[in-house]
Amino acid sequence: MNEAVMNELAEPTMKNKSGPETEESLNIEYTETVGQPFCDDAKIKTKNVNVFYADNQAIYDVSLDIGAHEVIALIGPSGCGKSTYLRTLNRMNDTIDICRVEGQILLDGENIYRKKQDPVLLRARVGMVFQKPNPFPKSIYDNVAYGPRIHGLTKNKAELDELVEASLTKAGLFQEVKDRLHAPGTGLSGGQQQRLCIARTIAVQPEVILMDEPASALDPIATAKIEELINELKENFTIVIVTHSMQQAARVSQRTAYFHMGRLIEVGDTDQIFTNPSHELTEKYITGRFG
Amino acid sequence: MKISALLFLVLLFAAFSYFMARQKITTAYRQHKSSHKILTLPKYFGYVAALCALLPALVVLLFLQMVEEPYINSEIATYISSEHIDANQNLDLYLNEIKSADTPEKVAALSEEKQLVYQRYHEIEQTTATTISVVVLAISILLTIGALKKININTPARKVFEKIIEGILLLAASIAIMTTVGIVFSVLFESTRFFGEVPILSFMFGTEWSPQTAIRADQVGSSAAFGAVPLFVGTMLISFIALLVSVPLGLMSAIYLSEYASRSIRSIAKPVLEILAGIPTVVYGFFAALTVAPFIRGLGESIGLSVASESALAAGLVMGIMIIPFVSSLSDDVLSAVPQSLREGSLGLGATRSETIIKVLIPAALPGIVGGVLLAASRAIGETMIVVMAAGLAANLTVNPLEAVTTVTVQIVTLLTGDQEFDSAKTLAAFALGLMLFVTTLVLNVIALHVVRKYREQYE
Amino acid sequence: MNNTDLVKQSLQKRYLKERMFKAMGFISIATAILFLLILLTDIIGKALPAFTQTNIALEVKLSADDLGINANSSESEIRNADYRKVIREALSRLFPEVTSRKDKRELYTLTSMGAEFQLRDAIMDNPQLIDTTQRIEFLADDDVAAVVKGAIDRNLPESDRRVKNQKLAWIESLETKGQINSTFNWQFFSNGDSREPEMAGIKGAILGSFFTLLVTLALSFPIAVAAAIYLEEFAPKNRFIDFIEININNLAAVPSIVFGLLGLAVFINFFNMPRSAPVVGGIVLSLMTLPTIIIASRSAIKAVPPSLREAALGLGASKMQSVFHHVLPAALPGILTGTIIGMAQALGETAPLLMIGMVAFIVDIPQTLVEPSTVLPIQVFLWADSPERGFLEKTSAAILVLLFFLVAMNAIAIYLRKKFEKKW
Repeated sequence: MNEAVMNELAEPTMKNKSGPETEESLNIEYTETVGQPFCDDAKIKTKNVNVFYADNQAIYDVSLDIGAHEVIALIGPSGCGKSTYLRTLNRMNDTIDICRVEGQILLDGENIYRKKQDPVLLRARVGMVFQKPNPFPKSIYDNVAYGPRIHGLTKNKAELDELVEASLTKAGLFQEVKDRLHAPGTGLSGGQQQRLCIARTIAVQPEVILMDEPASALDPIATAKIEELINELKENFTIVIVTHSMQQAARVSQRTAYFHMGRLIEVGDTDQIFTNPSHELTEKYITGRFG
Repeated sequence: MKISALLFLVLLFAAFSYFMARQKITTAYRQHKSSHKILTLPKYFGYVAALCALLPALVVLLFLQMVEEPYINSEIATYISSEHIDANQNLDLYLNEIKSADTPEKVAALSEEKQLVYQRYHEIEQTTATTISVVVLAISILLTIGALKKININTPARKVFEKIIEGILLLAASIAIMTTVGIVFSVLFESTRFFGEVPILSFMFGTEWSPQTAIRADQVGSSAAFGAVPLFVGTMLISFIALLVSVPLGLMSAIYLSEYASRSIRSIAKPVLEILAGIPTVVYGFFAALTVAPFIRGLGESIGLSVASESALAAGLVMGIMIIPFVSSLSDDVLSAVPQSLREGSLGLGATRSETIIKVLIPAALPGIVGGVLLAASRAIGETMIVVMAAGLAANLTVNPLEAVTTVTVQIVTLLTGDQEFDSAKTLAAFALGLMLFVTTLVLNVIALHVVRKYREQYE
Repeated sequence: MNNTDLVKQSLQKRYLKERMFKAMGFISIATAILFLLILLTDIIGKALPAFTQTNIALEVKLSADDLGINANSSESEIRNADYRKVIREALSRLFPEVTSRKDKRELYTLTSMGAEFQLRDAIMDNPQLIDTTQRIEFLADDDVAAVVKGAIDRNLPESDRRVKNQKLAWIESLETKGQINSTFNWQFFSNGDSREPEMAGIKGAILGSFFTLLVTLALSFPIAVAAAIYLEEFAPKNRFIDFIEININNLAAVPSIVFGLLGLAVFINFFNMPRSAPVVGGIVLSLMTLPTIIIASRSAIKAVPPSLREAALGLGASKMQSVFHHVLPAALPGILTGTIIGMAQALGETAPLLMIGMVAFIVDIPQTLVEPSTVLPIQVFLWADSPERGFLEKTSAAILVLLFFLVAMNAIAIYLRKKFEKKW
């Protein structure tokens, strides 16, 4: 279980830990999500999603559309459920025994939690980049080639070489590593490792990429590079990014969704959320009164 | 004086000095009435005084006890050789006969000459015992008096006491070193004596092993041969079979239990593995010799193979099963040390569980798994009872698992059980084999522990 | 063809592999379970007959003349009377047709060698029996027992059968007369070892194991706890301490037989300690179990939260006081669990004890720590080596007893762990 999940597991039982304003914020009545949670050409539609860890509910009734070829940022204080929500989108939560998901999540109109859905196929279509860079202890080349190999995406070595090079190039890493493709991926710097993980993900050519605070373990320069990369990737992919940094959300996303204590509070265009939030909680978070 | 009486007296002194010291300090405190500072409790002064009476006396007693018997033996030996020149028989046997005469009838049955020796022996024993008692008691009394005189309220009694206790704790921790030294000393010492009689090269590279030394020089096959190669090969053959069984089964069990098994299967399988690990090896040996070996023999015969009744295969198979829990728990440790993020990284790309395990987890855990296999190999090589009961005694140089082979541990047991004279080349050979066994397993263990530690540090 | 289709195409094959891999895992664990089941049923099946004993009831005329004693005889005279004779007479009376010397000798092997001692003990208990005729149930010979228990198949052709036709006829005649019966074999638990399978018991081995473990416990528990406390709480970081730790870890993996060599060379040959004695066995086993207990105790001590130590130190307790007053009691359940597991290991250990001569054939039941004795696993080893068929069931039964003790010890350990398990 990774740390983010652990945090969220622990959080609901420690109600008084969310900061000085929590008492006040708890007094605010939860209403329907404000803003525009739905859109016309949705790639993923989620309807009334509830997530439980054993008896603790982590996500309450979240309905949200993710449009094709958009970058949507999920923000909110730690423990608000944004990572948990993200992990329901490609069923990474399946790896946690005690986790249970209710509601509908539709990818291109098909419920990904239906019995017949194959999680392996789903994850090939909805890739994921994790909080901490997690390259396999293999060479750079093998890291990127891993996905295409297991899925049988290429017919021969030449095609595979080409795909690896293309993916590394798209991830902006090729120039830096082209002389040492067979050196271990764990020998790269943190930022390079994360771009390697992104290259690894796009080598499978997914339709959606989920990013769970992809820059939180990196220094500012590496972060800038990752953000630049996200901007380029939005041409080809739908991207859902969880982030802790509001500036990052403002820089990379078109839409932003604000989560609070397992509930989706507000969704809207990024500009609008950051300049003119409709909900009191969103405003308090934006202005830094808690979080 | 009997040892128990002596011990009792020393303990009595210790108790006495405890109370005296305590009394002295309590009185002193009362007179001073300097209640503004926290005082050391009187009992600590008592403890220190008691330890003064106890510890040095005990150490001296232990030392004297150890040298007592050799001293008496050498004394009586000089007496025998000077007074009774015809005492040319084996000195140990002679002494034994005298020492075992513990009833008047037995003494009366001794020859006249031996009765003299018997008397002399008891005189010496008496004086030695008295000397020991006097020395030990003197030390105890003197130190008690000294301690009681010196102790006053300014003595840092608690600190002294705690230092002594810490010293005792350190001593306990050092027993591990003493044990290792003891092992090295005992096998090395006897081995050098063996290599004085049999050249080390012919031991290490000789291919014939028949340790029976003839009683008469002209007997057939009188020359004993100590070429240990057949034993080494036999040991490796059986260990190899055992690893062939235990490594895949153990590793796969660990993987299945941690990745796939439902809770109910796990609740059966885990205790089963624990029971398998807890069954004494002698039970496995019995099962191998009486059930598995005949079964394999029968199986072989039914398909027209001739299988020895003590085949290497039977011993190896059962040993392999015995090591499964060991391999499985080591693999489980090693696999669970692989960070969850790697697992998620692979699953997140759409890999199946088995792809994740085979292509990511196992390669990542490989150093740890190799370390575990080395430890398992060391266990297999050193395992004794299964092979003693189910493998052969004859030293065949073969790698055919259907034939009987013998191993290093089997030979150690065979050479050292039963009545042997301790100094013969035969018994010394057992120690030379023990040296080989110790060195081999030591090297395997050190490498394995090092590899596993490095592996763990990588993910911490 | 787009990517999703490509992935879909590969899926069937990949899931086949997945299932095969999973099946391999299941087969592995199933093999282990199956093996355990076979082992246990095999041993229990072989052991069960050992718990019944077969008796032959005989009418013995205890005439004073035949015995060569009378009511006024001294104890030692009664002890040395000729009991064998009256038993043989009783057998001859049952089968008067047996006349030839050879056949008679065969006839007399129906009862155990122990029968005469049984009779002797009965008469010494109650001298009034002299000059009466008594119906006494005597222990049957192991061959007779084997036939009665069905371990020897009566339908085999005579040439393949250990018990020949003549003897079989006698046994069957005794059976029809109702003179053969079976009772629970208490002797198995009250006798020492014997050359005769029907008389052999495990009391000597159990007591030997008990004495040996007593020494092991007395030595290894205090030393291991002291060492663990020192290494966890007091040890400075230096090379000497590192060396100690390496030694402990390594000793845990040294083959047990090497400890036997140490015991033989150092304790028996160098210090002249008695061979075959529980005290030496106990010392050797304690050296062997020390690493186990030290490692378990260290992790128990490590699990005690620092706050407890700090609380004590904050009140002005010395380091030593905080350890002995607070840390040690808190860690004790863990230490005890580790100790019991170490003891269980020592109880099942055989090889090092072979080296120090505990393998001798010993009939007497040991009373002290320095008498020659044997232990349960070695008793198993010795009986397993005996050619007589009767020992096969004894071996299995001894294994069952050994396993019973091991299970009991582990159950206590688990109970302790469950009961005192604390979540800090």
